[in-house]
Amino acid sequence: MSKGKSTPLGRVRNHGAAAEGTGHFVGQRVSAIALLILATWFVLSAALTMDGPTYLAAIDFLVSPVNAVGVILLVMVALYHMRIGMGEVINDYIARPFTKVVLLLLNALVPLVIAAGALFAVLLVNFGA
Amino acid sequence: MAGATRPERPLSPHVSIWRWHVTMATSILHRVTGVALYGGMILFCFWLMAVAAGPEAYEPFGAFLAGPIGQIGLYLIVAAFAYHLANGVRHLVFDTGNGLKPADAETTAWFAILFAVAAPIGLWALVTFGG
Ligand code: HEM
Ligand code: HEM
Repeated sequence: MSKGKSTPLGRVRNHGAAAEGTGHFVGQRVSAIALLILATWFVLSAALTMDGPTYLAAIDFLVSPVNAVGVILLVMVALYHMRIGMGEVINDYIARPFTKVVLLLLNALVPLVIAAGALFAVLLVNFGA
Repeated sequence: MAGATRPERPLSPHVSIWRWHVTMATSILHRVTGVALYGGMILFCFWLMAVAAGPEAYEPFGAFLAGPIGQIGLYLIVAAFAYHLANGVRHLVFDTGNGLKPADAETTAWFAILFAVAAPIGLWALVTFGG
């Protein structure tokens, strides 16, 4: 492959959207396997241990160290997984460059902000005054 | 170019010749449930923040979740999750090169749909009647 002779356009052609495909592909699968365990654990243990969606039940659930760590991991891995996935959906369906860039930017920022808020919330419940 | 006779070329894919397969439904449902879970995860994070904000701030959130719309919403999120999970496992198996024969892919497709219907019903039965 005479990579040195090709133009930037030639190098990009036939390599997918931005040559990021493999990293995203692997990240999506690794996070999928982690979520298989984490999200299933949360759904089952929340449904079986919480006595309805009350404030006290929620606090009780979140002050257990195992539950707190599990929820933190779930939030981080899920937001990573859904960000890659939604990036692919946006790339597939949105053709207008401006709209696409705005949506990709939102998709990059919103999960990050939400994750920061959620992690701070779990810490506050455990260590707050 | 070839005058009056049309060239005898293969015209693949035969866009107008097809029949319905479950695998079409599983494909698009994976995407639909993935996007639904995106919303579900954001709600989940807001729920965590509402808990941290204290009992008064949590009140309306908890009331919404306990009400009919909240309960139906939770049920649908669990169903979307069950589907995305079962079909996600299919995807992971496909990635190893297995299960791709049309007959196998259709069998597992029906299994994923069955799981998505049965799992939330089972979970609700367990929560409601399990003690
Ligand atoms: C809370 C949980 C989850 C969220 C918010 C979520 C969200 C998403 C989204 C938005 C996509 C992109 C859909 C598309 O491109 O068509 C996706 C893809 C995917 N998800 Fe999830 N997901 C979650 C859990 C899981 C779990 C538990 C598994 C595995 C068992 C899984 C396996 C996959 C796989 C394999 C893909 C890639 C499919 C493909 O290549 O087209 N996901 N997910
Ligand atoms: C009922 C019919 C169809 C459904 C429900 C469907 C659904 C989907 C979905 C959900 C994806 C994203 C999947 C993924 O990323 O793993 C996709 C990708 C794609 N589909 Fe379809 N599709 C259908 C028919 C077709 C047909 C007839 C063609 C072409 C003639 C086609 C060509 C493609 C291509 C090229 C991609 C992109 C693959 C990639 O970027 O990795 N699809 N389809």
